[in-house]
Amino acid sequence: MSIPGLLRPLLCLLVLLVQMPAHAQQEDKGQALLQQLAEASRSDVQAAVVAIAESGDSRARDWLDAYGNNRLSVIKDTGKVVIVTNNRGRDWSIQDPLTGDSLGEMSRRELDRISINNALRTQLASLLAMMDLDVKDQKRRYEAASGLLGEVDASMVAPLQARIEKEQDSDVRGRLELALAIYRVEQGDVEAVSVLSGRLHPEARAALNNAVATGEPAMAAAASEALETVEQRLKINRAAETLYFGLSMGSVLVLAAIGLAITFGVMGVINMAHGELIMLGAYTTWGIQQVLPGQPGLALVLSIPAGFLVAALAGIAIERSVIQYLKGRPLETLLATFGVSLILQQLVRTVISPLNRTVVTPEWMSGSLVINDALSLTLNRLYVLGFALVVFAGLMLIMRRTRLGLEVRAVTQNRAMARSMGIRATRVDIMTFALGSGVAGLAGVALSQLTNVGPNLGQNYIIDSFMVVVFGGVGNLWGTLVAGLSLGTINQLLEPWAGAVLAKIIVLVFIILFIQKRPRGLFPQKGRAAEG
Amino acid sequence: MSFLSQLADREQVFTFLTPTDSPVDVRHGPILYLEDVNVSFDGFKAINNLNLTIDDGELRCIIGPNGAGKTTMMDIITGKTRPDTGSVWFGSRHNLLNMNEPDIASLGIGRKFQKPTVFEALTIFENLELAMATDKRILPTLTARMLPEYRERIEEVLETIGLTELLSRPAGILSHGQKQWLEIGMLLMQRPRLLLVDEPVAGMTEQEMERTAELLTSLAGKQSVVVVEHDMGFVRSIARKVTVLHQGSVLAEGSMDQVSNDPEVVKVYLGEGI
Amino acid sequence: MWLKRPLQERSTQLFLGILFAALVLVTLANLLFPEGHPLHVTTYTVTLMGKYLCYALLAVAVDLVWGYLGILSLGHGAFFALGGYAMGMYLMRQIGDRGVYGDPVLPDFMVFLNWQELPWYWHGFDMAWFAFAMVLLVPGALALVFGWLAFRSRVTGVYLSIITQALTFALMLAFFRNEMGFGGNNGLTDFRDILGFNLRSDATRLGLFIATGIALAIGYVVCRGIVTSKLGRVSIACRDAEARTRFLGYRVERVQLFVFVVSAMLAGVAGALYVPQVGIINPSEFSPIFSIEVVVWVALGGRATLYGAVIGAILVNYAKTVFTGVMPDAWLFALGALFVIVTVFLPQGIAGLIKKRRKADDDQDNDPEAEPTNREATA
Repeated sequence: MSIPGLLRPLLCLLVLLVQMPAHAQQEDKGQALLQQLAEASRSDVQAAVVAIAESGDSRARDWLDAYGNNRLSVIKDTGKVVIVTNNRGRDWSIQDPLTGDSLGEMSRRELDRISINNALRTQLASLLAMMDLDVKDQKRRYEAASGLLGEVDASMVAPLQARIEKEQDSDVRGRLELALAIYRVEQGDVEAVSVLSGRLHPEARAALNNAVATGEPAMAAAASEALETVEQRLKINRAAETLYFGLSMGSVLVLAAIGLAITFGVMGVINMAHGELIMLGAYTTWGIQQVLPGQPGLALVLSIPAGFLVAALAGIAIERSVIQYLKGRPLETLLATFGVSLILQQLVRTVISPLNRTVVTPEWMSGSLVINDALSLTLNRLYVLGFALVVFAGLMLIMRRTRLGLEVRAVTQNRAMARSMGIRATRVDIMTFALGSGVAGLAGVALSQLTNVGPNLGQNYIIDSFMVVVFGGVGNLWGTLVAGLSLGTINQLLEPWAGAVLAKIIVLVFIILFIQKRPRGLFPQKGRAAEG
Repeated sequence: MSFLSQLADREQVFTFLTPTDSPVDVRHGPILYLEDVNVSFDGFKAINNLNLTIDDGELRCIIGPNGAGKTTMMDIITGKTRPDTGSVWFGSRHNLLNMNEPDIASLGIGRKFQKPTVFEALTIFENLELAMATDKRILPTLTARMLPEYRERIEEVLETIGLTELLSRPAGILSHGQKQWLEIGMLLMQRPRLLLVDEPVAGMTEQEMERTAELLTSLAGKQSVVVVEHDMGFVRSIARKVTVLHQGSVLAEGSMDQVSNDPEVVKVYLGEGI
Repeated sequence: MWLKRPLQERSTQLFLGILFAALVLVTLANLLFPEGHPLHVTTYTVTLMGKYLCYALLAVAVDLVWGYLGILSLGHGAFFALGGYAMGMYLMRQIGDRGVYGDPVLPDFMVFLNWQELPWYWHGFDMAWFAFAMVLLVPGALALVFGWLAFRSRVTGVYLSIITQALTFALMLAFFRNEMGFGGNNGLTDFRDILGFNLRSDATRLGLFIATGIALAIGYVVCRGIVTSKLGRVSIACRDAEARTRFLGYRVERVQLFVFVVSAMLAGVAGALYVPQVGIINPSEFSPIFSIEVVVWVALGGRATLYGAVIGAILVNYAKTVFTGVMPDAWLFALGALFVIVTVFLPQGIAGLIKKRRKADDDQDNDPEAEPTNREATA
């Protein structure tokens, strides 16, 4: 200590006096704390940090955070402590740590970084975590507690234990206990192993693995036993995750295929432009987001009816201009609608762009639902899964419960008879086709949340969609649902050991073989009507 | 009426009436034997414990209201539909349930469909050519040549069915009745042991019906013929033995008079509004 | 013999006459006139025409199954590409140690991928006879297995179309993988010579063009031989009334299988001749869109005529060359419109228009196409 003890308060006072003109209104205790840190010698610095941490100042966290990130500097001329908000380039932007006001930019040569050593940095992290444990927000406390896993050191044991006593929230308390237990296992405490048994957090597993490798025999045995339960639970969770991805992929397939199940399955019309109707739905979402910038959520909600409408109108146009002239000639319909799909793709390329467009995911759809340490479900996929089920249920209702559904089924089974009973078959054709196409549009809206939107979007799904419909059994909506979900799951199950491309090939080959074994799919229509 | 006069004039038997050397064994009784056959589609019993025996050389008429299972029965015999249970024997040697359609056809069972099915893009001559009983494997078919004896046989049948003048026109131009005849002609080209004829006179004029009746009766004796028909007048004109099907099983069997006086049969038909 | 019949047929004679005349004229125009002369046909154009003839042969193969058997294959590009890969493998092995890495055995892409030895299925392709046999056998075997499974289960109509499309799609994905050992994304390229002739020399290119013309002639005669035989009539019978054909005692699935395999082999030959002329084979030939494009060539030319397929293939591909040169964006619009217009307004294709004209010209119906056995029956 270069300045004698007696002089120190005086000096502080002097500094304060010098600063007075700038901050005349109030005396800021934080100022002194920061200054103390800035001027502290190597051996004092820890005390200065602790002083800030224990000051109870609401800004203390930001200061320490900045310090840990090498962002706390001193202006060489004035000795004032500042936070560097951008340290790229020659001029750094700086901020007043007390008021949070921007102080503009300053050449980095005029700034002096307050140095920090690694030991202190580590300590700072746990110190910050401990500080976060004191905040009111349960979520932030939980995160802070999670951050402590594997980071606990000897100095923290006592305060942590005190915290655990005080903590009201059981989730946070569980985390803290786990953090403490990991520390104890690391220290060779066999009893703490039981706390880690079956826990999925990677830190817990790492501690156990470490104990098995290096611990005493009793410790190693206990740890390996605990690890086994962990592995078992992990397996279950991995299976659940695969299932979730499978169902998610399946739900996309169902969405893409269910419109086809109506136009192909119920009407017998092969619409190769179905994929492009999906694409139109996706572009509608993108378009509405362009019109309503900054409100992706509202845009997405509006896209649902809009996507349906756009695709349905496009479907009606296709039906009226092409398909109605090719009734009873399925192979020709296939070719003609393929031509339509080429035109639509090229239209999008020419009018909008050949490049992919990104559709913004609204905030309430991003992020994920955390089930436990090894399993979290991405929200957008969860929404799409739910959406697929809702669309499916809606279609079932329409086909089973409405006049349109009844008429569609009547026309499908016996066109001449239905007509003679006064059903306008042409109108039913149009409505059915519009419905199937509209659902393709809905699929597009959903897909825009999972992938980029581009002119080839639909093309990628058309073969898969046909496979789903054929696999499920033509003319059977339930079949489409089951087929879509199971094909998605099978694909995901195969992926880990076969790779994505090979998995897809295997699924395709499987369906090709399956169709040859059961040409009418999983749920065939039986009877004389189906023989034709 | 060339056909009738020919029938009367010719002493020698038509070549198409001579059955092929079919391996069918009929020494021990019937040519066709159905026992306890059951078929259901989605819970609907189309055929219900059906038992039927057709003797060699017999002409049998099968009648019954719509949905009685007549067409399904033919589907089973020709291998198109597999029954759930039961057995179907052709002669005493061939279990038809183990065979597919082409095998059954080659064995000597010919079938005329309810809706006349001819190859419309091909000429009438070609239709008969394809039906001719020859080696029907791939390579022999690829290298097949039109031998004089084949042509003779086709011309014979053409005359019988009265389509000689139209031989080189596509079958698609024929009237409904003519298509029926062409299909019967194709049946004759096959030289089957057993003919299954589904509604042969639908769409025919009175005169054509008469000729059909003559032809079918003249076939019987050498070949076995099973006729399914709705036209009661026609059935009466050819029938020796009639079987009435109802709800997939035999309701009555006997001569036309016996059957038409059967109270059960009357009830079924009146109940059906026919 | 069944192959002699088409040679006695006027329409086939006419077709072969025109084809050979074209071959001779192009050859002479290429050889006799100096470069820059208005009548000179450049080697580039010769190769382009050779490519069209390959497509024509592929279209004939598709017409054989679609026109006469009623099987709309949306996967014939797969057979074409397999034939092409068989040829490509031969050409790769011919490079020998002249590749970038100079490995005497391994093709460049395998050296690049650090492969130590040749995969088993690459053996034998250094021998021309083996490779050329594979050009026929590999597509034929795939068609045999696939067709046997499909036709036995009576998968027909749109179902068959869709699974043929899935087949070629699956193959495309497979061939994109480097692990398959077929050069992955980039495919096989940088060929040097074929049967000892330098692939870049004008003479070899002319020779390939002539060989393609001859292959097309042979393929045409084979197809014609089949469709004018009794088997051809049985095919039409299968196409129009499958059940009836079966009840006549024909094994429909075997007829379908036979014709399908022959067609696949022809497609393989077309692919094999295509590869040395364009100088590359990659997985994009497996893409479903290519296969479906072939179908529209046939539809434009006119189904079930064979010569219509040739006309359609040449016309569409010529248009494609012109369009993509002048305004590339418009090509897909034009192609899409072609699909719609042909199916809706021109179901008989160009051949249908020709027939109609001829019918109108001489009001007699002695059209040899419509009634082939008319003369035969009365001859």
